[in-house]
Amino acid sequence: MSRLDVRKTYKLYIGGEFPRSESGRSFPALDSTGAVVARVARASRKDLRDAVRHARTAQAGWAGRSGYNRGQILYRIAELMEDRFETFVSQVQVADPDRRRARRQVEASIDMLVWYAGWADKFAQVYGNLNPVAGPFFNISAPEPTGVVGMVAADDSALLGLVARMAAILVPGNTVVVLASESRPMPAVTLAEVLETSDVPGGVVNILTGHTDELIPWLAEHMDVNAVDASGATSDQRRLIDEGAVHNVKRVVGGDPLTRSPYTIASFTETKTVWHPKGL
Amino acid sequence: MTLAPSARQSILPDRITNSTLASFVRSVPSVDEVGATERVAALSSRSIKRDSKAEALRLAVQMMDLTTLEGMDTPGKVIQMSAKAVHPDPTDSSIPSVAAVCVYPSMVPYARQAVEGTSVKVASVSTYFPSGQADLGLRVAETEAVVEAGADEVDMVISRGAFLSGDYFRVFDEIVKVKEACRDAHLKVILETGELQTLDNVRRASMLAMAAGADFIKTSTGKVTPAATLPVTLVMFEAIRDFQAATGVKVGMKPAGGIRTSKDAIRYLVVLNETLGSEWMSPDWFRFGASSLLNDVLMQIRWLETGRYQSADYFTKD
Amino acid sequence: MSTELEGRKADVVAPRIDWSYATSRESTDIVSIEKRYGLFVDGEFRAPKSRKHYESVNPATEEHLAEVAEAGPADVDAAVSYAREAYESEWGAMPGAERAKHIFRIARMVQERARELAVLETLDGGKPIRESRDVDLPQVAANFFYYAGWADKLEYAFPGLDPEPLGVAGQVIPWNFPLLMLAWKVAPALATGNTVVLKPAETTPLTALAFAELTAEAGLPPGVFNVVTGAGETGSHVVGHPDVDKVAFTGSTAVGKIIQHQLAGTDTRLSLELGGKAAHVVFEDAPLDQAIEGVVNGIFFNQGHVCCAGSRLFVQENIHDLFVDKLKARLATLRVGDPLDKNTDVGAINSREQLERITELVDAGVSEGAEMFQPACDLPSRGFWFVPTLFTGVAQSHRIAQEEIFGPVLSIMSFRTPEEAIEKANNTPYGLSAGVWTSKGSRILWMADHLKAGVVWANTYNKFDPSSPFGGYKESGFGREGGRHGLLSYLKGPR
Repeated sequence: MSRLDVRKTYKLYIGGEFPRSESGRSFPALDSTGAVVARVARASRKDLRDAVRHARTAQAGWAGRSGYNRGQILYRIAELMEDRFETFVSQVQVADPDRRRARRQVEASIDMLVWYAGWADKFAQVYGNLNPVAGPFFNISAPEPTGVVGMVAADDSALLGLVARMAAILVPGNTVVVLASESRPMPAVTLAEVLETSDVPGGVVNILTGHTDELIPWLAEHMDVNAVDASGATSDQRRLIDEGAVHNVKRVVGGDPLTRSPYTIASFTETKTVWHPKGL
Repeated sequence: MTLAPSARQSILPDRITNSTLASFVRSVPSVDEVGATERVAALSSRSIKRDSKAEALRLAVQMMDLTTLEGMDTPGKVIQMSAKAVHPDPTDSSIPSVAAVCVYPSMVPYARQAVEGTSVKVASVSTYFPSGQADLGLRVAETEAVVEAGADEVDMVISRGAFLSGDYFRVFDEIVKVKEACRDAHLKVILETGELQTLDNVRRASMLAMAAGADFIKTSTGKVTPAATLPVTLVMFEAIRDFQAATGVKVGMKPAGGIRTSKDAIRYLVVLNETLGSEWMSPDWFRFGASSLLNDVLMQIRWLETGRYQSADYFTKD
Repeated sequence: MSTELEGRKADVVAPRIDWSYATSRESTDIVSIEKRYGLFVDGEFRAPKSRKHYESVNPATEEHLAEVAEAGPADVDAAVSYAREAYESEWGAMPGAERAKHIFRIARMVQERARELAVLETLDGGKPIRESRDVDLPQVAANFFYYAGWADKLEYAFPGLDPEPLGVAGQVIPWNFPLLMLAWKVAPALATGNTVVLKPAETTPLTALAFAELTAEAGLPPGVFNVVTGAGETGSHVVGHPDVDKVAFTGSTAVGKIIQHQLAGTDTRLSLELGGKAAHVVFEDAPLDQAIEGVVNGIFFNQGHVCCAGSRLFVQENIHDLFVDKLKARLATLRVGDPLDKNTDVGAINSREQLERITELVDAGVSEGAEMFQPACDLPSRGFWFVPTLFTGVAQSHRIAQEEIFGPVLSIMSFRTPEEAIEKANNTPYGLSAGVWTSKGSRILWMADHLKAGVVWANTYNKFDPSSPFGGYKESGFGREGGRHGLLSYLKGPR
C-alpha cells in the first residue's frame, strides 16, 4: 500500500500568525502545465487592513533594535532558508521546472539575505554623515526608516524578487506588507514559515497571497502606509499606485527587483538632520 | 505651617514658597537614564546562591506589605489575606510573618482585628488613593479617620498633576499636612513614578517628599504601568543616600507593583545592599508592596530546602 | 525588648542582615586545556621547529595551565610563507561574498562557544568572569559579524578608492583583552582579503589557540589564519619579516617605538595602538551618581589594564570633596577576588611583572606627596593582586599623573574652568581617550572639539562597538580600528 501524504494548507502570514483569509476565499496555484498543485489563501481588503495595523504596531520595536540585532535576524533567516533549501527549490520549480535555474535562484536568495544582513550595522556609516556647517554647530544627518512599507512583489519571480526587496526594506527598520506573486505564490508562504521561526518579531513582515489587482488599490490608498515598493509592479499597476499615493504623499519606489544596492535601502529611509551648538 | 523636624530643614530654603521650592527641586543632580539602567543591569547580574539566597528570601518575607487594593475587596478577603500575612506557610512554622497588610480605609477595622496580637502591622492607603484627585481637606480627613481606626502606617499619594505643572508648594504642603494627621503612624509617600516618567522627576520628587517629612518614599500605587522598576528604585535609593548625608535623617523605601518573582525580589535587595548598605537591610527601612510575590518566595525557600522544584498547588492562595 | 502579646502587637526587634554573597563560582568543566600546544600553521597545530616551550600560568592562583610553543625565526618564516601561499592561491582572489560567509560562520561559532571561551580567558588572564562573559565575548562575536558584512561591500566604503588588500598581515596583540584584541585585528584583516600571522601576548595565548581550532572547524582555508605564540622576540620576528606587508601592533608606547624604528625605511604598512593616560573630566552639573559609576568603570574595569582607562580624574573644584567622598564610599563596595567568582568586580593583576610596575608607581605617588586612599580589602594569599586605589592632591608633575600605570589606580586633580580642564587634559604625550561629564550639551561638544584624544566619551565611558573607530592621537599611536575607518589599515590606497 502506498502512503498518503499530508498536504500543506497555504495560509496568509499576518502579525506573526497564519490565518486563513477572513473572506474564506482561496485560489489555485498552478504549475507550468496549468495543473492545480495547491490552493492558496486569497487575501481580502480586510486582511490587508489587519496586516497594515500589525505592521504599524511592530514598527517602533523593530526600528528600536540595534542594526547589529536586525543584521543577526536577517542572517538567521538565511540560515533557515538554507536548511529548507530543497523545499524552496521544488516550490520554485512549480512554475519553472528547470532544476538548475531553481537551485540558482534559491542560492541567490539566501546570499541576497546575507548581503543585506551585513548592511544593517553599517548602512548609516555610508549614507549618514557629519555636515561641516559654517558656524559653531554640531550637525549630523542620519537615515531613519520611513515606517510601514507596502510591497508589490514581482509576479514573475517566485522567490528572489520578493527576498531581495524585503531585505532592503527591513534593514533600516521598516516593517512590510507584501503582496506576493499571484502566479507563483507557494515560495512566499514557505518564506513566511521561515520568517516565523527566525526570530523575526510578529508583524514585521506580513505576506498576503491573493489577486494582486484586487488588493493594490487598498494598499496604494491606505493612509497609514508610508511608502510602496513598486519595483515589481507592471506599468498599469504602477500608475494605480502613483495615484493612490497622492492622498498621504507616499514615497513610491521603483527599480529592478533582482538587483541589490545600498541605495535601495536608502529609498526606504528618511534623512534626519540635527543641529547642536558647540560652546561653553 | 509647621515644618518637619529641624534636621530636614537644614536643606530647605529659609522661606518656603513655590519659587524657593522650585529652586530647591532644580538643584537636585540630574540623572542619566542610560547610566542608571546600566548600573542596574550590572547589579542584576549578581549571582546569589545557596545560603545567601535563603537568607535574603526569608528577609524578603519579613519585608513584605501584603496588599489587596481592589474595588471588590470584602471583609472576608481581608481576613483571609491577613491570616496568610501572619502565617504565610501553614506547613512550616519557621516562616516568619510579613511586615504588614496593606488595605483600603474601609477595610482597616477588619485587618486590625485579624492581626491583633501579632507582629504584623496595618498599613492603609489614604488621600483618595490612587488618583489623589480631591480637595486637601478631604484627603487629610481621610487620613485622620484611618489612623483613628487603627492604622499603624499610612500610604499617601502625591498630587502628580501639581508636581508636573510646577506647583511644588502644593505637593510639599500636602505632605506636611498629611504627616501631621498621621500622628504616631508612619507615613509612606507614593510618588507614582510611572506618571512622573523621567528619572530626573523621580529624583526631584523623592527629595521634595523627604524634605516635607516622608518616613518612607514609595514608587507606585500599582494601578499604573509601569509600577516599580529597578532604575527608579536605584534613583530613589540614591536620593535617600544624599538626603541622609545632608540632614542625618534616614528615610525608608518601598517599591510596589510588578514585583512578582523571587528573582525580582533578590535583584531589589542587591541594589539596596550595594547602594544603601546593610544598615538598610531591614523591614524598618525597606518594604515590598506585593501580593503574588509571597508564594513565589515561599516556593523558592522550599526548593532551597528540599532540592525539588515546587508546584503552586502546595501553597495557599488567600 | 518585650515579647508580651499586649495591646496592639508584639514588640519584635526588626530583623536585619549583613548580607555578604556566597561564592558563586563559574564551573571550569566546560573548558579543556591541552597539556602542550603547538603553533597553529596552515590550518593545523604543529610542533615548533624551535623545539622550545614555555609555561602559561593562571595569575589568580599562580597555577600552571599549559605549555605553549615558543616560535623561533624558522617558525615565523614558515607561518608567513603559508599565509602568503593562502593569500595568493585562495583568499586574496576569493569573491567577497564567499569571504563574508566564512567570517559570518566564525562569528556564529564564537557565539556558540562563548561561555567556554570566556572561562578560558578568565583562567589565562585573570579578568573577572563577569567581564569576559558579558563584555569581551559578546564584543568578539560582534566584531566578526560586523566585519564579515564588509567583505563584499568594500567598494562602498570609500568613494573613489578601489579596494585592494595588502597581502599578509603580521599582528601583535596585548594581554589585557586577548580574544577581543584578536577580533579587532583579525576580523578586518580577513574581511578585506588579507591573510594573518598573529602573535598573541606571552602571558595570554590560550584563547587565541582555541580560536585557531575554531577556525579549522569552521572550514577556513588553511594558511589564512596562523598563530605563532612566544614572547617579545617572536613578535620582533613577525614584525621584521620581509614578506609581511602590513604590521598591526597594540601594546605599550615603548614597544611601539621599537617597532616603528624596526620598520623605518621599509614600505611595510604600520598601525599602532599604544598607551594612554586619559583625562576624565567631571563638571558640577554632571549626573553625579552616574558619573561616579563612569569614573569607577573607567579605571577599575579590567583592573585598570586598559589603554583607554580614565586614569586622571579632573573634578570641578566646587564639587571636589562631595565627589571624592562618594567615590571613596563606592570603592568600598568593589569586590576584589577570585576571577571565576561571578560576583567579583576586580580580578587579578595579569602578571608579577605588572604588579611590580604598579606597586613602584604607587610608592612614587606616596613619596611625591599625593594622598592615597584604599578601601579595606581582603586579598587572596596566592596570585597577583592590587587593591583599588585613589590618590587625591595630585599635581600634574607627579609621576602618577604622567606615566601610564596600567592598574587600578586613579589620580585625582581639580580644575576651575573648562579651559583649564582642557589645558591639563591635553598636557600629556598621550592622546588616546577622554571622558566628559556634564548636563550641558553644548559644553560636551565644545570639550570634544578641544580634547586631543581619538575617542571622547561623554556621560559614559569605556564603550566599544565594532562600528565605532578607536585609536589615538600623538604617542598613543596612529590608525583606527573599528568602523568604516578601520578598513583603511588593511587596504591599499593613498594612506
